[in-house]
Amino acid sequence: MSSTLPAGRNAFDFPAKATNRAMTNPPPVKPVNRSPLPDKIFGWLALSAALLTLSLLFGILASLVIGAWPAIAKYGLSFLTNSVWDPVQNEYGGLVMIYGTLATSFIALLIAVPVSFGIALFLTEMSPAWLKRPLGTAIELLAAVPSIVYGMWGLLVFGPILATYVQQPLQAAFSDVPYLGALFSGPPVGIGILSAGIILAIMIIPFIASVMRDVFEVTPVLLKESAYGLGSTTWEVVYKVVLPYTKSGVMGGIMLGLGRALGETMAVTFVIGNFNQLDSLSLFQAANSITSALANEFAEAGEGLHQASLIYLGLVLFFITFVVLSLSKIMLSQLQKHEGAST
Amino acid sequence: MSAVLNSPAQAARLAKFAQRKQLNRVALVLSFGAMLFGLFWLFWILWETVRLGIGGIALATFTEMTPAPNEIGGLANAIYGSFLMVMLATFVGTPIGIMAGIYLAEYNTQGPLASLTRFVNDILLSAPSIVIGLFVYAIVVARFQSFSGWAGVMALALIVIPVVIRTTENMLQLVPPGLREAAYALGAPKWKVITGITLKAARSGVVTGILLAVARISGETAPLLFTALNNQFWTSNLDQPMASLPVTIFKFAMSPYENWQSLAWAGVFIITMAVLGLNILARVLTRKKD
Repeated sequence: MSSTLPAGRNAFDFPAKATNRAMTNPPPVKPVNRSPLPDKIFGWLALSAALLTLSLLFGILASLVIGAWPAIAKYGLSFLTNSVWDPVQNEYGGLVMIYGTLATSFIALLIAVPVSFGIALFLTEMSPAWLKRPLGTAIELLAAVPSIVYGMWGLLVFGPILATYVQQPLQAAFSDVPYLGALFSGPPVGIGILSAGIILAIMIIPFIASVMRDVFEVTPVLLKESAYGLGSTTWEVVYKVVLPYTKSGVMGGIMLGLGRALGETMAVTFVIGNFNQLDSLSLFQAANSITSALANEFAEAGEGLHQASLIYLGLVLFFITFVVLSLSKIMLSQLQKHEGAST
Repeated sequence: MSAVLNSPAQAARLAKFAQRKQLNRVALVLSFGAMLFGLFWLFWILWETVRLGIGGIALATFTEMTPAPNEIGGLANAIYGSFLMVMLATFVGTPIGIMAGIYLAEYNTQGPLASLTRFVNDILLSAPSIVIGLFVYAIVVARFQSFSGWAGVMALALIVIPVVIRTTENMLQLVPPGLREAAYALGAPKWKVITGITLKAARSGVVTGILLAVARISGETAPLLFTALNNQFWTSNLDQPMASLPVTIFKFAMSPYENWQSLAWAGVFIITMAVLGLNILARVLTRKKD
């Protein structure tokens, strides 16, 4: 169809001469099918896939409200403050599970936030360039390990070690101290709120650390170099320049981790002990969380108030994670706007 | 020189400087410690998984059905069930995810509908997977009055969708606009530009997203607990309850029977290797693209 042009300037200036061929119109090209129909169908498919995703969220919300309705109608908001969970008497309140979910997530954040900050600092400011990628990948792989693996490891490997080397010494050391003693009372068997909190912390470290690393890296190099130029140490640059600059992104990362911790199921179910009473605030006490109550009881709960109450718990969980994740998203997008304004 | 050094103001300044350097050193050592802390857990978990899991791996693990307590058996039906449900969920979820990703990257990048979809997708990406299980229970299991493999497939597909949307959109946005414009200039219609040019240019990234989604659902337990439930026998019938590796591990690990526990460790070993292998493969794919 199109002959390759011979080399030499002449070829371009006088193509007909150079190729010794008469100039002709190009041979007719097979016309492209320009009917608008395939285009319309494709666009319509893309739009409906997006709409399907949107409707998923509302579908989940609606199905939870409908499923939980018998419990909502009977208990209303007092469900959230009632600590009795008794399938035999058919009497349900969610306080124990809600407390368990919040307490374990709180412990997880206490541990995970400083560690993640340290990891992000190491990866952005200290690590030699060739180590950044493998180390970052290793930390991200922590997030890839399935939660059931954490659960089984936590119950059978980590729990006993925690009991022997941490819980028993703590108990011995603080048994006479008034408030701390109560915190460490209870059977030191390696299952309960503390071990669930620690395992959740390990699970959310990669999420928080990788967000922190990413936002630390968007700090303009010029800002950092100016601070170094004024004689700041690495720590001062990170703490006084990078951290204030990326504040909202860091908060977004923490919220993302919190959202993960609140909704984590299997790891918590293994190690929290599934104990439906709230009789002490001890960290060693077996307890229950929303997710583990669902995992353990839902398949066996007959239809009726028991099932509705479990779905009510699911609705509460969904609501809390929705709020937390929305905050996370808003904070992260604030950083992006801020970034856009400054460049 | 020494006179300057000896002045009290200078001495105070030097002391302050030493203090700042000291603080910096402490902070950096702690940061290094945090890094080690993170790596320590990864290696400990992997080590225990290999140590306790490899003993349970035998030919029978892959050929025999899940046993009754204290009997000999394997995980064949659970592995098959997991494989079947993960594969089908990927086939169902991926096209929807890719199409929605295309919508966000090519059709509607700025509009309010796109922002809303992006927001909702990010929520779904991190939403508790057990809630997805509740949703599928409500619309499938409760309606048909039976736990089924299809319900499990659906729950897993709903987890695939947001992961694929996110990566597809990001990868399509990386395709240089000049490529699209060149294709348009040649007279290609929009759907051809997308399928033939941009999607092709972003291929390895999109494949990475799918691999990550497969890795994620291979280990998911919570959404299967009350959708696919469990099954002691080999079945390909998706209308019936179906065994899966994670749910079987959950059941066996919580039991007091020794043979169940050792099978559970074998299952944990298989699942961890598969998921980490997929993750590493996905990373290698994206690195080649850089």
